[in-house]
Amino acid sequence: MGYVLSRDTFASLISDLSQNYRIFAPVRKKGAGRFTDVDVVMYDNVSNAEAIELEAKSDYSSKEFITPLSETLFYFTENEVKESDIDNRPILVFGRSCDIHSLKRLDQIYLDNGLAKDPFYKRRRDLVKYVLIGCSHSFENCFCVSMESNKCDDGYVFSVDLADGNVYSDVPDPAFDSYFAKYSKDKRDVVPKYVTENEVKVSVTDSVPHSIISHTLWDEYTTRCINCGRCNYVCPTCTCYTMQDVFYTDNGKVGERRRVGASCMVDGYTDVAGGGQYRRKNGERMRFKVLHKISDFKKRFGYQMCVGCGRCDDICPEYISFSNIINKVSQASKEAE
Amino acid sequence: MTNNPYLPFASEILDVIKHTEKEYTFRMAFKGDVKPGQFFEVSIPKYGEAPISVSGIGDGSVDLTIRKVGRVTNEVFERYKGQSLLLRGPYGNGFDVDLYRNGEVVVVAGGTGVSPVRGVIQALSQMPDAMDKYVIAGFKSPSDMLFRDDLKEWEKKLKLTLTVDGAPEGYTGNIGLVTKFIEGLPLKNPAEAKAVVVGPPPMMKFTIIELKKKGFKDSNITVSHERKMCCGLGKCGHCRVNDTYICLDGPVFNYEFAKNFVD
Repeated sequence: MGYVLSRDTFASLISDLSQNYRIFAPVRKKGAGRFTDVDVVMYDNVSNAEAIELEAKSDYSSKEFITPLSETLFYFTENEVKESDIDNRPILVFGRSCDIHSLKRLDQIYLDNGLAKDPFYKRRRDLVKYVLIGCSHSFENCFCVSMESNKCDDGYVFSVDLADGNVYSDVPDPAFDSYFAKYSKDKRDVVPKYVTENEVKVSVTDSVPHSIISHTLWDEYTTRCINCGRCNYVCPTCTCYTMQDVFYTDNGKVGERRRVGASCMVDGYTDVAGGGQYRRKNGERMRFKVLHKISDFKKRFGYQMCVGCGRCDDICPEYISFSNIINKVSQASKEAE
Repeated sequence: MTNNPYLPFASEILDVIKHTEKEYTFRMAFKGDVKPGQFFEVSIPKYGEAPISVSGIGDGSVDLTIRKVGRVTNEVFERYKGQSLLLRGPYGNGFDVDLYRNGEVVVVAGGTGVSPVRGVIQALSQMPDAMDKYVIAGFKSPSDMLFRDDLKEWEKKLKLTLTVDGAPEGYTGNIGLVTKFIEGLPLKNPAEAKAVVVGPPPMMKFTIIELKKKGFKDSNITVSHERKMCCGLGKCGHCRVNDTYICLDGPVFNYEFAKNFVD
């Protein structure tokens, strides 16, 4: 079932929903970007519709709410180990089709890789419902069509599309019908907008030959990449983390165990006790990351990891293009045959 | 949370066996199934966790041989008999000792790489055809040798070659890398013999080259890999190589499969 709302009634709907849900949405932070007078669009808690950035692509992904960059797992006091608590109120997350597709990848690792389900992930995941922000046009660096994540058939409770001053929503989850029935001025079928073509296109090869690993195409990145790891932090499908213990400086008997986001591009990722390290060169790290996104993950789980959101390209300070690398790998794979 | 796999349990230090200045074996209280080659996440609250291989299995205990090389392990060395460490595990697949029951077997281990195969060597030394089982154990120097009592015991029961990379003048034992001793192994049928190789990556690489020269088949070689295993549960990503998670699918692999690993 679909509904049409004015911007004003949509605002009322959001403030109504914020009574029962924590709402986590892209927010434009004025002048907080990487350069003077540049904004950044990142996720934050919102309680009113005006705060939600529905037009621009967010620079950071929505994963931060389910997999926080730093999360306390346990508190230590003397000999006692206590699990951390979280806010148990349900959460609505606003995301685009690529973000909703990326959830399946997060679930794959945290819930379905190995026998153990990650309880710290699951307790947040179970609270989350997604709101789909429709894409009326493709953004810079997006290649979701090539990665088949441009369209969402399910996985959202309602959608939001702005057009002619109104808000159009498809509401597949009946639990939200009552909210919309209260504020909507018109009831009709709504199909969330999605893009059918991106300016950037990639061809992902089904079989990347083993010889690609030692191909010279990676050498360029040994010098160009500065291993800052931003690509990993903005990526909606990167899940790696590192365990980290801390103790409080004012009382050394008390402390906590956290997990913090890890990047396969950054030094220390592979360090083993005694100084051993794998993949010293940035080109090798780039190869490790790229082949995970477009080949190794698929070999293990049967579908591509990369969703084509292009955020890694948006954020890279060295203007390295991930989509370009995918095409280089495909070309080199063809030549290797 | 019920069954939280990250929640460690306290395990009492039953004994501490000193091998070198920097390497001790901590005998920890543990009841449950465990195999040689598996590992535990050992932790000290507020300092962190470190993956440590099982170096021995006893009745109600596991041995963890730990080298003092970092934040966590430095702190472990401040703990004594009667105190406790936090553990979770065991993780990983471990060695299947039954694979080595019949026929010729060569175990090549370097340095702390002896820890994960200690249980395998112990089993080999108890087998009726123990005289067809060869062990080449290499250490940096005579003062870096681990499991000295075991080495003496093994020497009596199976064919042990003990070597050091370098030694002070007057040392009468073997000097040289483990690879030096493979060519001369008096094997009856290398094409059917099995091998286990564990140690630092370069040592494993060159050992396998020597074994293949000798006539070993890839599929008869077993290797155990060490990576930075932060979680042991297939989540943290640090130990992944290609589409393989060392902590879930390994750390013990048939070389026929593991030869395709590229870090």
